[in-house]
Amino acid sequence: MANMTDITTTMSADHRACDEVFARAEELIADNGWVEGAEKFKQFHDAMEHHFTMEETVLFPAFEARTGMTMGPTEVMRGEHVQMRALFAEMAESVEKQDSEQYIGLSETLLMFMQQHNSKEEQMLYRMTDQALGQSVEDVLERMAAVGQ
Amino acid sequence: MIGQASLSLDQAPPISVPFRFFLTAPLFIFCAGLLLLIYGQDALVSRWSPVTLALTHLITLGFLASVMCGAVMQILPVLAGSAVPASLWVSRAVHLLLTAGVILLVSAFLFSLSPWMGLAMLSLGSAFSIFVVAVAIALWRVKITNETVIGISVAIAALSITVVLGLILAGSFIWPIGYGYIHTLTDSHMGWGVLGWIGLLVMGVAYQVVPMFQMTPEYPVWMVKYLTRSLFAACLLWGLLTITHSFSLISPLWADCWLLLMALGYLSFAVMTLSVQKRRRRRLPDVTLKFWRIGMFSQIAAFVLWLWGPFWAEVIGEQARLLLLGGCLIIGFALSVINGMLYKILPFLSWFHLQHRSIALLGFGCVKIPNMKEFLPDRLAKQQYIFHLLVLTLFVMAVLLPEFFSRPLGLAVCLSSLLLEYNLIQAVVRYQKINSEISTKSNAKDEMSIAEMSRMRGMNGTSA
Repeated sequence: MANMTDITTTMSADHRACDEVFARAEELIADNGWVEGAEKFKQFHDAMEHHFTMEETVLFPAFEARTGMTMGPTEVMRGEHVQMRALFAEMAESVEKQDSEQYIGLSETLLMFMQQHNSKEEQMLYRMTDQALGQSVEDVLERMAAVGQ
Repeated sequence: MIGQASLSLDQAPPISVPFRFFLTAPLFIFCAGLLLLIYGQDALVSRWSPVTLALTHLITLGFLASVMCGAVMQILPVLAGSAVPASLWVSRAVHLLLTAGVILLVSAFLFSLSPWMGLAMLSLGSAFSIFVVAVAIALWRVKITNETVIGISVAIAALSITVVLGLILAGSFIWPIGYGYIHTLTDSHMGWGVLGWIGLLVMGVAYQVVPMFQMTPEYPVWMVKYLTRSLFAACLLWGLLTITHSFSLISPLWADCWLLLMALGYLSFAVMTLSVQKRRRRRLPDVTLKFWRIGMFSQIAAFVLWLWGPFWAEVIGEQARLLLLGGCLIIGFALSVINGMLYKILPFLSWFHLQHRSIALLGFGCVKIPNMKEFLPDRLAKQQYIFHLLVLTLFVMAVLLPEFFSRPLGLAVCLSSLLLEYNLIQAVVRYQKINSEISTKSNAKDEMSIAEMSRMRGMNGTSA
């Protein structure tokens, strides 16, 4: 059964938390509330980077070590992180320039991409990882919790 | 980088696979508008008139089936981790046969041409056989099953039944069968098409797409888990009851009562969709969301027209009620939802393919990729949405007063579909422009590295 001590639940909850901040930032910037909006965007960007770092430095290597699949789903996910980082960079630029039209176009694009990415992780990769890691799930969760602290 | 590119590209079919379907789809709606302009009120007299049949199939096969074929082949790898085999060839064959088949079928209806009907049957039969077999193989190999995969599977099964019933009906055009059977067969063909194929497909896709892209709460678990498959099973039983009734073995009341249960299922989906959309976390105005809402309200309107049938038949006449009911489901519900979805799918795919290709070939930031709204500006989508609303309003007026409003409706349909086509084309043109920019820069980069390598070799040669 799913509980907070498995990867699927913990990481999916982190996705939801990032989504919340994403929606709030977009709403503020659409109303040209730049002071708060810029702050929310930074909070969102940091949360996403933190999430990516947990995956790239702890979760994916653990999955790869256990399954021996280094060119499989984790490699696809890394590639998608690269694509999303390109969008973050452009979004940061539009926040700097206070160009809300540009920001909304980018955030719309990111939303579509990020949601598909999250869904692939939640429905495939995390479940596979939970199964592959077995007993060592807790250890991996602890190491992820230590990232960036 | 190259390894990464090939892995990710394995998942997505070439962009021409969905685009060819998306770009021809609105042209069929345009043809429907032309028919309305030419035939005027004759197009809206009864559901049995050849012009009405031609109109209906231009929308259902020309637009709805086309977009569905392109979208399903695109979405299966993403949602289910399983690609349609030989997607490029399958899409070319299906697209060609489907397009030819619709033209032949519509001509056969309009000009009562039996040989053309035979060719239409061959063409459409082959198009759907190839599509269904290819998708079935992909679904067979699915690595993960989720409710959307099940929704797509049952929708494709319902499509197959719809097509078989359609082929039998088309055959009766050449080899006549009794009217009583035609009536039952037509009702079953329509039921399977609208409730089975389109209804279940939209439902299955909605469970995934609505919460994800509109940031709404999830649909309730009972609905996601049981509604789609129960409704498919219910469609099967309804089919059985209808057949039994057509041989006068049972009272028609059985099939009707069963249909009421099914209708309540669809109604609950429409109401639930409106309810989760109302609670969405993303509050920005969104054209696709508006199209969805129109679609759901139309489904509710269809329910009202169906359930209180005798009342409405008294008020507006039985033929008008049936036309309105069909229009609510096919134009108000299916066309609206799919038209709205195109405004997300096409710009997103354009961005996705270009950004992927650009990063794989050139690395970060060498080519600026337009974002979704730069591919397809909101302003254009909103304009078309207004024309779509005009189409729906004029449709209701044209059913009630065909002599006054049929041709204005035709004009509105032409304008709305042209605007949709224009919007899609200008996004694709932008796509191609950036794509060739990437190719040019990538070639230049290759040439530079070749020149660099030969220079290095030359230097090594001199030093040796």
